[in-house]
Amino acid sequence: MSPIDATDRRIVGATQAGLPFVPRPYHAVAEGLGLDPEEVMARLRRMLEAGIVRRIGAVPNHYALGWTANGMSVWDVDEGALPGLGPKVGALPFVSHCYRRPRRPPLWPYNLFAMVHGRDSGEVDAKVGEIAALLGSSARAHDVLVSTRILKKTGLRLARQEGAPA
Amino acid sequence: MDAIDRRLVNGLQGGFPIEERPFAAVGARFDLSEDEAVARLKALREGGVLSRFGPMYDAERMGGAVTLCAMRVPEERFDEVADAVNAFAEVAHNYARAHALNMWFVLAVGDPAEIPRVIGRIEWATGLDVLDLPKLDEYFLDLRLSA
Repeated sequence: MSPIDATDRRIVGATQAGLPFVPRPYHAVAEGLGLDPEEVMARLRRMLEAGIVRRIGAVPNHYALGWTANGMSVWDVDEGALPGLGPKVGALPFVSHCYRRPRRPPLWPYNLFAMVHGRDSGEVDAKVGEIAALLGSSARAHDVLVSTRILKKTGLRLARQEGAPA
Repeated sequence: MDAIDRRLVNGLQGGFPIEERPFAAVGARFDLSEDEAVARLKALREGGVLSRFGPMYDAERMGGAVTLCAMRVPEERFDEVADAVNAFAEVAHNYARAHALNMWFVLAVGDPAEIPRVIGRIEWATGLDVLDLPKLDEYFLDLRLSA
C-alpha cells in the first residue's frame, strides 16, 4: 500500500514548488484543487507527523547567504567503522548531507559522502581536514569534488503538477 | 537583507504552522503584521535568498526513490550531454564537478522501479555510462544555515 493516496499526491503536486504568499495559503491551495481547506490542512498535518513532510518553512539559497564554497568530500572508510563514525561526521555543523553509498571499483572507491559548506575554499579545506582527523586511520583515501557549475536545480518534483500531461 | 529578514531566514527553516492564517502566526512570533510577514517572505523568495518556501517532502517516505548518479563526460560534449540529461524531468539537480567523473545529478522518481529505467534512457540518450550511487545509510543532520 502506498503511504499516500491520490488526494495527498495532488496536494504534494500543488505545494512541492512552494506555498503561495497570501494570507490564507492553504485555503488558496485547496481552492486550486477543489478541496476543503480543512481537509488539505489535516492531510498536511498527517504527512508531517508521518515524516512524509520533513518540515515546512524557508529553504535558504546557500549562495545568497554567502556560503559560496562547497565541496563534496568522499571517503574510503572501513565498513566496520562506518556505523560508529558516520553519525559523528553527519553531526558536524558544516556537513549538510552525509550518506553511505556503494563503491564502484575501479572507477569509484569511496563509500562515505559528506557535503561540506564554507564561505570560501580555504574554509572548506579546513573543514575537510577536521573530518580527516575525526576518521583517522579508518579512512584509507579521500577526495573533494568542488562544484564548478550548477547545470540544473529544480528541486524534487515528486508528483506531477495539477493539469500537467501524464 | 536587514536584521528582521535575517531572523526570518534563521528562524523559519521549519515550523511554519498549518492553520488558516499562518503568516499572522509568524508575524506574531517575529513582531510583524501579517501583511509584513507575507511581503518580506515573498521578497526573500523573489530575490533569491530563499530557493523555496513551503513543505519539504521526503521522496522515500512517499513511496518514491532518489539516487545520485555520476558520469564521465568528454569535455567537448559537456554542454550537449548536460542538455540531454537536464531534459529528463526526473533529474532534480545537476552539478558540474572538478573530477574525472565530472557530471553529478540526482534522480527523483515516484516509483523505485523507475530508477533503472530512467538510467537506461539517459545512457541511451547520451551514449555514456551512468554510475548509480544510491544512498545505503543516511547520517542525518538537518542543516540550518545561518544568514
